[in-house]
Amino acid sequence: MIIPFEHKSQAHCESGVTSNLLKHYGVPISEPMAFGIGGGLFFGHLPFVKVNGVPGTTYRIYPGQIFNNVCKRLHIKSDAERFRSVETGMNRLTENIQNNIPTGCQVSVFYLPFLPEVFRFHFNAHNLVIFGEEDGFYQVSDPVMDDKCIIRYEDLAKARFAKGMPEPRGRMYYIKQVPQHIDMKGAIKKGIKQTCMFMKSPPVPWFGVNAIAFLSKQILKYPIKLEPRKATLYLGNLIRMQEEIGTGGAGFRFLYAAFLQEAAKETGIDGLNELSSRMTGIGDQWRNFAYNTARICKARSTDVVSYSELSNQLYQIYEAEKFFYNELSKVY
Amino acid sequence: MKLEEVPQEKKNFKDGDKAPQKVLYVTDNLGSYTQTNSAGWEAENVVLEQAWEEIDHQLKVAMQQVRNGKCSPITYYMIKNRMDISILSSYVNKWQWQVRRHMIPVVFAGLSKGMLDKYAKVFNISTDELKKLP
Repeated sequence: MIIPFEHKSQAHCESGVTSNLLKHYGVPISEPMAFGIGGGLFFGHLPFVKVNGVPGTTYRIYPGQIFNNVCKRLHIKSDAERFRSVETGMNRLTENIQNNIPTGCQVSVFYLPFLPEVFRFHFNAHNLVIFGEEDGFYQVSDPVMDDKCIIRYEDLAKARFAKGMPEPRGRMYYIKQVPQHIDMKGAIKKGIKQTCMFMKSPPVPWFGVNAIAFLSKQILKYPIKLEPRKATLYLGNLIRMQEEIGTGGAGFRFLYAAFLQEAAKETGIDGLNELSSRMTGIGDQWRNFAYNTARICKARSTDVVSYSELSNQLYQIYEAEKFFYNELSKVY
Repeated sequence: MKLEEVPQEKKNFKDGDKAPQKVLYVTDNLGSYTQTNSAGWEAENVVLEQAWEEIDHQLKVAMQQVRNGKCSPITYYMIKNRMDISILSSYVNKWQWQVRRHMIPVVFAGLSKGMLDKYAKVFNISTDELKKLP
């Protein structure tokens, strides 16, 4: 059985899935809007959590939060399930399809055969929508793909029950009921407030804007403490997290700027327009940072001067973002 | 980023022709946001290539170590599947120190059939293939 589902390719997987799912139920919400209301923007740098031997860096909130927050803030009834056994997990998914419910799933990128080999790493926080099932093949709407795809039962089972942090454990989520009236304004306010709080107030150096300053200090140590190969790998990973497919580029900052612009139209608060163009400026700064970092990676340089330049650039981004969130929190 | 600045630097990876277009949000000349597509960006290509070079490098090192009898083939296949010890250990349901132990050739030689099957299944190869290098 195949549910008539409209696939639209989007910049980021989770906000894209959220937007596509909600549109199916007649809620007109764009991807940037879903990202902003879901409070998707974040920054974190955790030198003690190593992924493939490289410190973890994130530009977004924990997986699953965007969908949950959007549903909560728009008063949409939704449900999410996790499973212990592969079989029950797959059966529940098929059951959902037969009940005409397009269902979002958290999967690992490594087991998705329709993606090119070069992008397939053990990254477990990818999202896609399953909207049909026929003879052991599932219909997939993956927001990063241009078109709809199909996937075999075995592959999907592996992808949904992949191991390693963050473990999907077959997580699937779907919408149960949509209210008559959608209060966008209230939801936008809550989304913005959350982002301000998450970026400004964590009292530890690993999260929020403070983490950007922290990272800029860490980068100074790379050429001294690490061998050249490792140092450039650390830098390369930063840029991959920021620019690779599924981020919309420049670490979600452009996506957020697009949200602020749309929010200004929706709420009529003029100040958000100016903040949006400021966020675009911050995104461009991140992009410059990526460009310079990639140059160092290519040259395999451990020249202390070029690392301290990078560090300076990051510190400027820190100051710009800190100022930005202070201004943003004054809007509400 | 402005609409006219969107990079279209496509890189030919091994099977990169299947690579989807990347959706970007950019500003047009009036400053309002629109969605557009990009074929790729040089900076992004460089770091993706670097990640793969690193895997190739590690594979070569591991191959040499297995040949010299310093590691068991598990090390090689782990890297081939882009895993690290923590991921592999959760797939085979063992502690990390146990997986590290299985990477010692003497210990590997004494592993039970069941344990070998488990590893082979994770690496998506047969048990015979697991015992030797490709």
